Amino acid sequence: MSMIAAENRRLLFRLALAAVVMFGFGFLLVPFYEKICEVAGVNNLLRPDRVANSQVDASRTITVQFDANTHDLPWRFRPLQAAVKVHPGELVTIAYEVSNTRDEPVTGQAVPSYGPQRAGKFFRKLDCFCFTQQTLQAGEKRTMPVAFVVDAELPAEITTITLSYTFFEIAGRRVVGAPGGGAAS
Amino acid sequence: MAAVTPDQLHDHHHGPTGLMRWVTTTNHKDIGTMYLIFSFVMFLSGGVLALTIRAELFQPGLQIVQPEFFNQLTTMHGLVMIFGAIMPAFVGFANWQIPLMIGASDMAFARMNNWSFWLLPPAAILLIGSFFVPGGATAAGWTMYAPLSVQMGIGQDMAIFAVHIMGISSIMGAINIVVTVLNMRAPGMTLMKMPLFCWTWLITAYLLIAVMPVLAGAVTMVLTDRHFGTSFFNAAGGGDPVMYQHIFWFFGHPEVYIMILPAFGIISQIIPTFARKPLFGYASMVYATAAIAILSFSVWAHHMFTTGMPAVGQLFFMYATMLIAVPTGVKVFNWVATMWRGSLSFEPPMLWAVGFILVFTIGGFTGLIVAVAPIDIQVQDTYYVVAHFHYVLVAGSLFALFGGAYYWLPKWTGHMPDERLGKIHFWCSMVFFNIAFFPMHFLGLAGMPRRIPDYALQFADFNMLATIGAFGFGLSQLIFIVVAVKCVRGGAKAAARAWEGADGLEWTVPSPAPYHTFEEAPVVR
Repeated sequence: MSMIAAENRRLLFRLALAAVVMFGFGFLLVPFYEKICEVAGVNNLLRPDRVANSQVDASRTITVQFDANTHDLPWRFRPLQAAVKVHPGELVTIAYEVSNTRDEPVTGQAVPSYGPQRAGKFFRKLDCFCFTQQTLQAGEKRTMPVAFVVDAELPAEITTITLSYTFFEIAGRRVVGAPGGGAAS
Repeated sequence: MAAVTPDQLHDHHHGPTGLMRWVTTTNHKDIGTMYLIFSFVMFLSGGVLALTIRAELFQPGLQIVQPEFFNQLTTMHGLVMIFGAIMPAFVGFANWQIPLMIGASDMAFARMNNWSFWLLPPAAILLIGSFFVPGGATAAGWTMYAPLSVQMGIGQDMAIFAVHIMGISSIMGAINIVVTVLNMRAPGMTLMKMPLFCWTWLITAYLLIAVMPVLAGAVTMVLTDRHFGTSFFNAAGGGDPVMYQHIFWFFGHPEVYIMILPAFGIISQIIPTFARKPLFGYASMVYATAAIAILSFSVWAHHMFTTGMPAVGQLFFMYATMLIAVPTGVKVFNWVATMWRGSLSFEPPMLWAVGFILVFTIGGFTGLIVAVAPIDIQVQDTYYVVAHFHYVLVAGSLFALFGGAYYWLPKWTGHMPDERLGKIHFWCSMVFFNIAFFPMHFLGLAGMPRRIPDYALQFADFNMLATIGAFGFGLSQLIFIVVAVKCVRGGAKAAARAWEGADGLEWTVPSPAPYHTFEEAPVVR
């Protein structure tokens, strides 16, 4: 009977170890998925878009509004213009201004989002400060451009697009950067 | 199966009496009973939540509860039923039956067994108690999707800790079952002679050990996102909310098989007994169970077809999901083939088992339909999905649990359950279940979204019907309390082999099963 008991304990130990390993595996899935997305190009927020056909559709005018937010980051961050009117296909460059209010260098990363959500895939950014991490020295102020084209395929019922950025601090966790650091900014 | 079972002389109990007997017990039968009672109490609690939901949906407009509370109800109904009712109920069956069926004197780790059970009541209190904290219970859905779960109040933290505790309990229970089945079988009981219930539980236990820790990891990440400044799932902090869904469903899909494989095991015990024929295709049943378990790890993203997956990914998960229908079909055909030209009789356990095959197959087919990515994109988050998973979880897992309870009650109590009441219980459940859930298919196809307390007027008739069915179904379950209490108190004396066609070691010990069985292992030839 004691031989069975010893055998039971051995199996208990192995199975408990398997459970602990699987707990770690859950966390390993995080970098694993990020890698998959990077390879498959699923989450290509950090890459410049390509524009195939840049014919300007002067018959339509789209209002593009700009919004700026920070997430747990003591930076001042604002668009230099509240909104612009653009024609689909037209290349437009606007700028945001960011300043570091801390007395030490801070690295941040901006994440774009769009309203309405489905306008996102028709909004092509050729150059954006969100493609790379931004390091600001203590008290530094920086003007950063965004060059974009609204695709002419944009559904007719969308007349206003809001581009919103949220800056967050890169401390422990880092976002997966595009290979080569993204755009030439 | 021929077996030599030594006389069971040890029908006495040592140790504390009264309440302390139950707190300190290490006996697998006591612990199994506690699991079953606990899960039935949780089943009734989850049922009250469900009936409140259905009462609100009886008519369009808001009558009984506010939308915030409605969302708490749907969330808690899911959590209570899955982690409180269905999973512990199967562990209760495992505790009672596995040692009896393989000829072991008890579970391998009797003290750990006690601990796995006694973790559950605190977890249940934490979960249900979260209704009474500021902000109420979590309303993020039972799946606790980020970013909603990152924004909830303290009720979310309580749910996360409850899931942690219940997860630890399940893992300990699963380890106990694996060790018991692998190491404690009676001499001569080879793996391929083992009753199918033990096989399905062995495979389920491996699934539990593999995926419960992943769920624990996922909710831990939600917890650190909430309180410790990480941004696993917060897009504004560099995280990705969709990743939560990937991690969650890596647990979540095997979880649905955790809740159905032991049910398959119970059905595979009942059908041969009342067909008076050995199970058709025993080996193929074992391999089909293993195949389902292995495939279950490769289909999780079929819950996420609308999250923006590449078409290749959608196709992979769609075909992999459809592939699971093959081993499941093997099982259904084997049960039907077991009944084919058998000497059938329809006592309550058999009624539940045959009812299970019918209604579970309907749920399986709707599963096949939602596996098709283009259709799923249409019916995602509609009542069609609600109808589908209630057909497999209620008509699947729950019907099998009731079938198993009627089947083994004579062994547990020593008395035959009231056959007339058992049949009434079955027919009421069967009819009202379909009245409650069948209209939901039509509601879903017509576009009624789930988890919403109000709906457009054109959905009113089917919703009224579903609510009537739900109340009928809920009240029918009270019949079971009467049956169980009557059965414990008295009734026709059960023989050792309570059912004429029953086969297996558990039927070689007297009814009720003595407190200590198989102190001396039987020999299986």
